[in-house]
This record gives sequence, C-alpha cells and structure tokens, in this order.
Amino acid sequence: MTGGTNGSTAGDVILKVEGIDVFYGASKILFGVDLEVGRGRTLALLGRNGAGKSTTMKAIAGIARPRKGSITMEGQNLAGERPDIIARAGIGYVPEDRQVFTMHSVEDNLLIGMKKGIRGQEDWTLERVYDTFPILARMKDRRAGLMSGGEQQMLTIARTLMGNPDVLLLDEPSEGLAPIIVQAIGDLIRTLRETGVTIVLAEQNMHFCLGISEDAAVIDKGHIVYRDTIAGLRANEEVTKRYLAI
Amino acid sequence: MIDFDALAACLSTSACLVNQATSGLIIGMLLFLVASGVTLIFGVLHVINFAHGSFYMIGAYFAYTTYVLTGNYFLAALVGAVGAGICGILFERLIISRVYGQNLLMQLLVCYAFILIVDDLVKIIWGAEYLAMGIPAEFRLPPLRFAGGFVPPFYLFLVGIAVFIGVGSVLLVTKTRFGKIVRAAALNAPMVSALGIRVNVYFALLFGFGCALAGVAGALAAPVRSLTPGMGLGILVESFIVTVIGGMGSIPGAFLAAIILGLTRSIGSVGFPLFVDGAMFMIMALVLIFRPTGLLGQGAVR
Ligand SMILES: Nc1ncnc2c1ncn2[C@@H]1O[C@H](COP(=O)(O)OP(=O)(O)OP(=O)(O)O)[C@@H](O)[C@H]1O
Ligand SMILES: [Mg+2]
Repeated sequence: MTGGTNGSTAGDVILKVEGIDVFYGASKILFGVDLEVGRGRTLALLGRNGAGKSTTMKAIAGIARPRKGSITMEGQNLAGERPDIIARAGIGYVPEDRQVFTMHSVEDNLLIGMKKGIRGQEDWTLERVYDTFPILARMKDRRAGLMSGGEQQMLTIARTLMGNPDVLLLDEPSEGLAPIIVQAIGDLIRTLRETGVTIVLAEQNMHFCLGISEDAAVIDKGHIVYRDTIAGLRANEEVTKRYLAI
Repeated sequence: MIDFDALAACLSTSACLVNQATSGLIIGMLLFLVASGVTLIFGVLHVINFAHGSFYMIGAYFAYTTYVLTGNYFLAALVGAVGAGICGILFERLIISRVYGQNLLMQLLVCYAFILIVDDLVKIIWGAEYLAMGIPAEFRLPPLRFAGGFVPPFYLFLVGIAVFIGVGSVLLVTKTRFGKIVRAAALNAPMVSALGIRVNVYFALLFGFGCALAGVAGALAAPVRSLTPGMGLGILVESFIVTVIGGMGSIPGAFLAAIILGLTRSIGSVGFPLFVDGAMFMIMALVLIFRPTGLLGQGAVR
C-alpha cells in the first residue's frame, strides 16, 4: 500500500475494516480491504467505475458477505452479520441505486426507516427531517416512485437518518444528478457532518469530496491502494492520475 | 337441471329470500375470512399457503374444546384464533420459510404433507367421528324476524365479526407501521433489512395473522357446521376460488367474491342443487376469461 500518514484518524477509530475478501459467485471482487474511519470524520472512498466501492459499502452494511476479514464498529465484530443487526449497531446504509419504496408515500418511507440510535438517541424525527429537507416536507404525501432522481436521493438519505445512525455509508449520492442537485447534496452532507455523524462517502469524483471529507482512501481493482487526508491525495498527482478518472 | 319453479317460488317470497340470503352471507363470511388470509400471505410473501385449510380446522377444534371446558364461546373464539395464529407462526418458521422462492411443486408437497399430519393429529386427539358444538349458550335466543324470514342471532354476530375483522385487516396492512413495513419488505426485503428491521419476524407475524384469520373462521364455523378431520380441504378449495375471483392480494376483492360465492351456494341449493359446485367454478372461469387479474386484483397487496 502506498501510504499517507493517516495519523489523524488513529486516535479514535469508530469503524475498522480489516482484510476483507468478497466474492460474487466464483469471482473475487475485494482483496483484503482495510479501512479506518475516525469518529466524527468523513472518509472519501474513491475509485473508478467497477473498482469495488459499492462492494465495500455492501460488505460493511451486511448486504454482501465477506468471506474473510473483520469489520468492527466500536469494538463489536460485525462481519457476516445480517443487515438488520448491522443497522441496529449504528451503521446506516444509503445504497447507490437509491431503492426508495416506490409504492409508498414519502412519509411512509421515512416512517419505515424510523428507529432509535444505539444509545437510544432519537435526534432525527420527522419534524427535524422536514426541517432539514424542506423538499420532502412539501412532497410528504407523494408516492416515492413518482419523485425525480435527486428527490429520491434526498429521501433515501433522510430515510436512513431516521434510524439515527452513528456511521453513515453514502454510496455515490451524486451519481447521475444534475450539477445543481449535486451541489445541494454536497451542502447537505456538509450540514450532516456538523451534527457529528461519521460518514463514509464512496465517490468517483474527487472534486465533489474536496470540501466535504477530510480523509481519503483509494480503491482499485478491489485493493486499497492509498490512504491519506483528502488534501494529501489532491496534492499527489501520481496517485490521482493513476487511479482516478480525473 | 335447473328447477325454475323452486327458484321462482323462493325468489318471490321474502321469507325464503331472507333465509337464503342470510345463510349465503354466513357461508360468504367464513369464506372471506379464510380467503383474506390466503390473499394476504400470497400478496406479501408470494407463497400460496395450500395448508391454509388446516388452520381453519385447528381454529374450529381449539374453539370446540375451549367451549366444552369453559362454556364461554367468546373465549373459545379467541383461543381458536390465537391458537391457529401461533400454529401458523410455527409452521412458517419451521417449514414453509424453507421453501420460499422454490418451485410451486415443492411448496405444494410440503403443504400437503402438513395437511396430512395435522389431519391425523386431529384424529388422534379428538377422534375421527363428527363433533358438533351447537349454537353456544350466549346465542340461544329467539331468532329475529325479518321480512317474514328468521335470522338466528349468532348469524348476525358472525357477519358482524367478519366485517369487523375484514376492515381491521385492511387498516392493519395499509395504515399501521407493521403493514407499511411488510408491504415494503414484500417488494424489497434487503433494503428493509438494511434499515434495521428483522424482516423474518415481520414475515412470520404476517403469516401468523393470516392463519389466525382462518382460525377465527373455524371458530365461527364450529357452532353451525360439524367438525371433522379433513374439514379444511373443502373450505380451502372454495377460498382459492374466492381469491382468484376477487384478485390475488386484494382483501376487498376477497370480500366481494366471497359474498358472490356464498349467495351462489345458498340460492343454488334451492334452484340448482346438483350444479352448485359447477356454478362456482363457472363463475371463476368467466372471471379468468374476462378479467384475469380478478375483480379487484392488481397482483399484489397495495
Ligand atoms: N452482483 C454482481 N455479480 C458479479 N459481479 C459484480 C456484481 N456486482 C458488481 N460486480 C463486479 O464487481 C466489481 C466491483 O463492482 P462495484 O459495484 O463494487 O464497483 P464500484 O466501484 O461501486 O463502481 P461504480 O463506480 O460503477 O459504482 C465490478 O467489476 C463489477 O463488475
Ligand atoms: Mg458503485
């Protein structure tokens, strides 16, 4: 692994992924992936199309089962657990293909996501979500399947927040959205950061992450090839040229 | 084949009409309760519970024994419903959940084995001969007179309870968080699971609820029908017809279809006693030809 310092996250690691291998059928997709996420920090997981970002996120969320390695959240090993157990351990997952419940209203989507956090916290309520996402308040009775891509993206993030996660996994929230919506999503993530939630942000676009995350990991062909602060990554032209489509 | 004279005679006297309509209605309500369980389970879990009739039987026998022991019919009905519900949850967890998503033949086989086992268990516990509960003490009141016909008070109770439960089921599925979660999980279980919800528990509870509906039907049928091992089979077939006519997954559809079939049965027993079953299948065939999704069906619970 080419490596940056990464000293900043060493202090208080909330989520730690160590040496996970993931297979789809017979093909190996992840090769010993390691990640460390500092409490209250935002880590950008960067990589090209097909590099393995989503697979890493799915493995953490329990949607894909790692065949090897460990995933620990606050010291509790979660590798191989069911998605609902992982969610109740405080990890909120926002998938890349959004997956709103299309037949349900916006509000029902939010209600399905409602749960207490791991310390019993109920910071996110319907009122607070509607406050943070005025667009959802306006559409609360609309069928989620009738919303635009950007609106659905807002809804999936809000739906996961209703579960009061300590760690939020965001898989390419800007994918396929118009620039103005991408901007709005960026602003939203910055707002969320201020609430103290830890975020793992999978992205192809480093520039989107610049003002958002402080740490960065680069994945390529299922291997983590670089870890540093995002500023360090940005300054490292060799790595950005080689592994990111910039 | 059709006895037009008898039919005309009955249809023209209000007393006969009232009697046939009420008996048609109670058949319909029993069918509705059983069919709404079938349709709910299918709509959410995409599995056809061929063993549903067994839970109707379990409900009837549990209610019978409770009534014999306590003399309290309301308690008996409750025990029938809850008992069938618990058996349903066990059946779902231990047996049917293992064949979710597998081919229909496998599911059919597993259910058929279950039906045979339960029928034999009933024979061992309650015996093979017919049992009769009779009208419960609470309802041994003079029949109500209505337009020249007689309506036993128990019949009114039966219809009232069935309508109440039917409305309750629709509200449960559409308005409660439980129903919302279950409907979402029917379409995208992994996502629901990723939100921290134990999807399997919800599926089992829904299955149990569907079986409890059959159990209530059995308990309500116990006073007016005789109990026998194997009594689940007839109602199973008829409730499938109801489900198909009403539309798979639609509770209002099941209600409508059950009333149509109930009335066909009771009026038919006067006018074309030899062709009652045939008439029911004919209605089903017509619906399938002209409205393949059923009268109110869309394919899944919405
Ligand atoms: N269900 C699957 N079955 C088989 N192979 C898969 C499956 N899903 C993904 N893959 C493969 O795994 C590799 C990693 O995919 P992944 O979705 O994790 O990439 P990604 O970094 O998220 O890419 P993108 O930026 O396009 O979302 C790719 O080569 C992909 O083709
Ligand atoms: Mg991806």
